Amino acid sequence: MFGLTKKDSTLMLVVFGLVMLAPFLLNPFPEGSGMAQFNAGYPDLMQRFVIFGIFAVGFNLLFGLTGYLSFGHAAFLGIGSYAAIWSMKLVTLNVIPGILVAIVVAGAFALVVGFVSLRRSGIYFSILTLAFAQMMFAMAYSVLTPITGGETGLQIKNTDTPLFGGPVDGSIGRANLFGYEMGNSMELAVGNHLFTFNLGYYIAGFFLLLAFYLSIRIFRSPFGMMLRAVKSNQQRMNYTGLTPKRYTLSAFVISGMYAGLAGGLMVAMDTQVGPERMFWTASGEVVIMTILGGAGTLMGPVLGAGMIKYMENIISKINKDILHEWFAFLPDGLEDVIVSLVYPFIGKGWHLTMGILFMLVVIFLPGGLVEGGQRIAKLFRRNKTADTQDATSRTPAE
Amino acid sequence: MDQIIVQILNGLDKGSAYALIALGLTIIFGTLGVVNFAHGALFMMGAFCAVITSKILSASHKIVDETRTDFLGNPLEVDTFYVQEWFGMAAGQTIMEWAVPIAILFAVPVMILVGFAMERGLIKHFYKRPHADQILVTFGLALVIGEIIKYTFGANPIQTPAPPAFTGSLDFGVFLGFEAQTIMYPYWRLVYFFFSAMIIAGVFAFLQFTTFGMVVRAGMADRETVGLLGIDIDKRFTFMFGLAAAVAGLAGVMYAPIVAPNYSMGLDFLVLSFVVVVVGGMGSLPGAVAAGFLLGILESFASMPVVIDVLPGINQIIIYLVAIVILLTRPRGLMGRKGVMEE
Repeated sequence: MFGLTKKDSTLMLVVFGLVMLAPFLLNPFPEGSGMAQFNAGYPDLMQRFVIFGIFAVGFNLLFGLTGYLSFGHAAFLGIGSYAAIWSMKLVTLNVIPGILVAIVVAGAFALVVGFVSLRRSGIYFSILTLAFAQMMFAMAYSVLTPITGGETGLQIKNTDTPLFGGPVDGSIGRANLFGYEMGNSMELAVGNHLFTFNLGYYIAGFFLLLAFYLSIRIFRSPFGMMLRAVKSNQQRMNYTGLTPKRYTLSAFVISGMYAGLAGGLMVAMDTQVGPERMFWTASGEVVIMTILGGAGTLMGPVLGAGMIKYMENIISKINKDILHEWFAFLPDGLEDVIVSLVYPFIGKGWHLTMGILFMLVVIFLPGGLVEGGQRIAKLFRRNKTADTQDATSRTPAE
Repeated sequence: MDQIIVQILNGLDKGSAYALIALGLTIIFGTLGVVNFAHGALFMMGAFCAVITSKILSASHKIVDETRTDFLGNPLEVDTFYVQEWFGMAAGQTIMEWAVPIAILFAVPVMILVGFAMERGLIKHFYKRPHADQILVTFGLALVIGEIIKYTFGANPIQTPAPPAFTGSLDFGVFLGFEAQTIMYPYWRLVYFFFSAMIIAGVFAFLQFTTFGMVVRAGMADRETVGLLGIDIDKRFTFMFGLAAAVAGLAGVMYAPIVAPNYSMGLDFLVLSFVVVVVGGMGSLPGAVAAGFLLGILESFASMPVVIDVLPGINQIIIYLVAIVILLTRPRGLMGRKGVMEE
């Protein structure tokens, strides 16, 4: 299907299913029940899952395949966001041109940054990308205030008059797709469950599917093989008469464009930008997502992004009272002990859990959650084969 | 002219902090070949050693003072500091005020232990792994340490004042023949500068003039041969990791009065000190120190109003700009050795 092997088609179909059915899958608990706070099926969060999924998939194309660890990828996301919001302020409130502009501008910046940074490898590359990103952040924060809005960032205001299709009554324009607003939602109530289908989410989901498909194609293409060759032995590649830089630069630009797409989508969903989006901790976050899920795997980055955003938005909301409620069945003294033991790791302390999880993955599971899943699967399979072997070996003895 | 001197002086204390952190980073990199992204966290732990010490020293308990009464006529409860109880009023007061220098005594063993634990418990297993993995695991560690500090001490900066003897400023210009009040320099920053200079000199002397240091330098040059000579180089390198941690910790302790410690200062300093190390040249100790002071001073020059008028925003990006230019023109940094990190 679409030039994919059978296995990849299955994977693609699984992702398609997940994206399409996310409003159901992420809302497993009925409204008003004690578990309802674990529901992640509201549009805002689902959009974030998808957008950061795109960001991480793009980062993975660079880090997972070539092994070049960029510590400044959030800069491209920020640039994409700024480009998209200007397109909406000046040209049209339709999101499609905005997203395209975001991709192109981020790609152009990635070309420049990549051209310079890729002259070095290893830690030097990491520091160079970090330096570029921090420079862009500092400039967006201070000097470029006329363009970036400085600390307050940019929003769409009622004074903005886009060339095509701005609001005429002086209200604040909203991002739309040919007149359909991003915020449009359809709600479906089934029993106690409430499912929300949001237009913005499905547009972002469409782009995720596109991005994921492209990423599969790149992984399986000769170009993808070249990128892997860069990771395993650059010198040998040189001797073979190939120029690694052409491939790494292409990978860098592609992954910058993915970041731009993510940035553009962020603006499409929520029409505002601030420079903190470009700060280096944001770059660190995408690194964590990718590694946590599994660098160099197809599904890993999407899973990692989903996990981090779920923790950031759901786990972080659990406070002490809720914990006490959960452990209320325990005797009083024990309850307090358990709550005080668990509390540092959840609620506001979710960063701690994330950090520990990240370290554990780096130490024990270099392939991330995907490798973890594969290992577990293999364990079961081996048990099965071991059982049959045992059976066969036992028979002659009897 | 006086403006220039002011900026050089302002750059010195920040430069000293950069230089100390970069020195520790380079020691770790030069000996163990590990890129330690958690070094900023060690700096921060040092600063929090100062916080802890000052908290311990100002521990108090309530005692009832029978001779005085509050406005309701009940006997007055007075907060009494333990140190004042034990050493007398005046001496106790002095001890509390000198909490930051006293914290050095506390920080050195703590940081050496932390360094040992880190090296033996975590870093040891990463020698054979790629540099990217080392960066990632130490980055994770830095996040975890930062969060633990945040959980324990809260998210707000904690003021830790310098001893009163060092508050106020030195009228530095007078010595150079300028008018009074033109060049003012806080005493504590001066102390910080001399303190770092001493530590830097101490580390260099230790490496240069002791047998231990000689072996370590030999190990940095050719680890395998030193090992073949029957020297347990791993043990010495572990000690060097502890030393590097202690250097970072001391830098942090003494920096606490300059910038109030908070949980994110480790990551803030980490980025800059890595840039410093790379500019100085990976693996070169003098390079790290020189680049630290150089970038500190450049940064303060760039924040002069005159410069900002011409090139707005330059103070924010100067360090990164310099780093990019140096990395592209001198790939090994200012004093980098050949063959370090060039695979």
